[in-house]
Amino acid sequence: MSDDHDHHGQAPPSDIALRVKALESLLVDKGLVDPAALDAIVDHFEHKVGPRNGARVVARAWTDPAYRERLLADAGAAIGELGFGGGQGEHMIALANTSQVHNLVVCTLCSCYPWPVLGLPPVWYKSPPYRSRAVIDPRGVLAEFGTVLPPETAIRIWDSTAEVRYLVVPERPVGTEGLDEVALAALVTRNGMIGTALL
Amino acid sequence: MGGMHGLGPIAPETDEPPFHHAWEGRVHALAIAAPSGANIDARRHQRERIPGPIYLSMTYYEKWFEALRQGLLSGGHVTEDEMIAALADSAARKATPRMAPGNVSQVLSRLGSYLREAPASAAFAVGDRVRARNLHPTGHTRLPRYVRGRLGVIERIHGAHVFPDTHAHTGDEDPRWLYLVRFTSRELWGPDAAEHDSVSLDLWEPYLEPA
Repeated sequence: MSDDHDHHGQAPPSDIALRVKALESLLVDKGLVDPAALDAIVDHFEHKVGPRNGARVVARAWTDPAYRERLLADAGAAIGELGFGGGQGEHMIALANTSQVHNLVVCTLCSCYPWPVLGLPPVWYKSPPYRSRAVIDPRGVLAEFGTVLPPETAIRIWDSTAEVRYLVVPERPVGTEGLDEVALAALVTRNGMIGTALL
Repeated sequence: MGGMHGLGPIAPETDEPPFHHAWEGRVHALAIAAPSGANIDARRHQRERIPGPIYLSMTYYEKWFEALRQGLLSGGHVTEDEMIAALADSAARKATPRMAPGNVSQVLSRLGSYLREAPASAAFAVGDRVRARNLHPTGHTRLPRYVRGRLGVIERIHGAHVFPDTHAHTGDEDPRWLYLVRFTSRELWGPDAAEHDSVSLDLWEPYLEPA
């Protein structure tokens, strides 16, 4: 990734960018971190984990009823079958949306999020507006995403207060009967797996 | 901050990247690779101790950076003088990095667990009615204000998990039973909440009393 994209052209790097750089060089100098390991960590979060992983889990659940059953019974093991797992995914629970129940995940206390299946959380997920209002005004929050649910739909909100992480399994969109797993995975969005969007 | 109004619009961004600036990625990587002497709960508490008005004005990775600096200082890994000079004390012995490039993928994919052997049998069973205790500790807790004093139902038993309220302060894991507890939105927010909506939280046994 290029440096600060707020600072295209000739503008100098920001104060915080310089402070981080100074700290990194101090820690390298002291032998506390290896810059190549830092590169590998950044690469992991930019390229190895992300909502594409979760989308594969959801698409498999849509096409394979036995897998769906395993996912809902023991999400960690079922996600592991596809090769995904790691920090911030130690204790996974999958939540299936139905025509009567819609699930919405939040972390009001900080920014807990299932990294192995969804990658790092978007800024809005870890910012005060979403963290404060998802629990008290879910319909108002959903409206800000352009998502409107029928008034009779029950909304179940999941506040990630411990090390348990939640993945929403959205309903399979109608008219997708002919699609294979790969094509279905392409329809699954990050927000759909948090619960702020329908597919 | 669960339940507060007036903190602004949500402003979702389309096709958001994992890191918006290169320095954010470096902070994230440093927080994983650098020794901090602080466990996950202690690190959360470091971020919570940032004074409220400043906390609300900082971006996410600015908070991480501040917690990282504080952890390095309090863990004795870096001195104030070194931090100010951005230069290692020439007399200090050079350390060996705890994470090598070849280990990164393995470390990040390792499936840990917060589940521990239970100290005693569980006090509550699925279906039990419980009340979240009205506790207001000055230290770290994962009991949100908005459920304190409210009635809920035990929906699932996760087993005994590392207890953050102790772990953040002493490093002792002090495992306690962890329950999924469901509260109706009307119990939490009053009659204006939708009749069938609910909020479920993972709460440790010391947060709960029989109801």
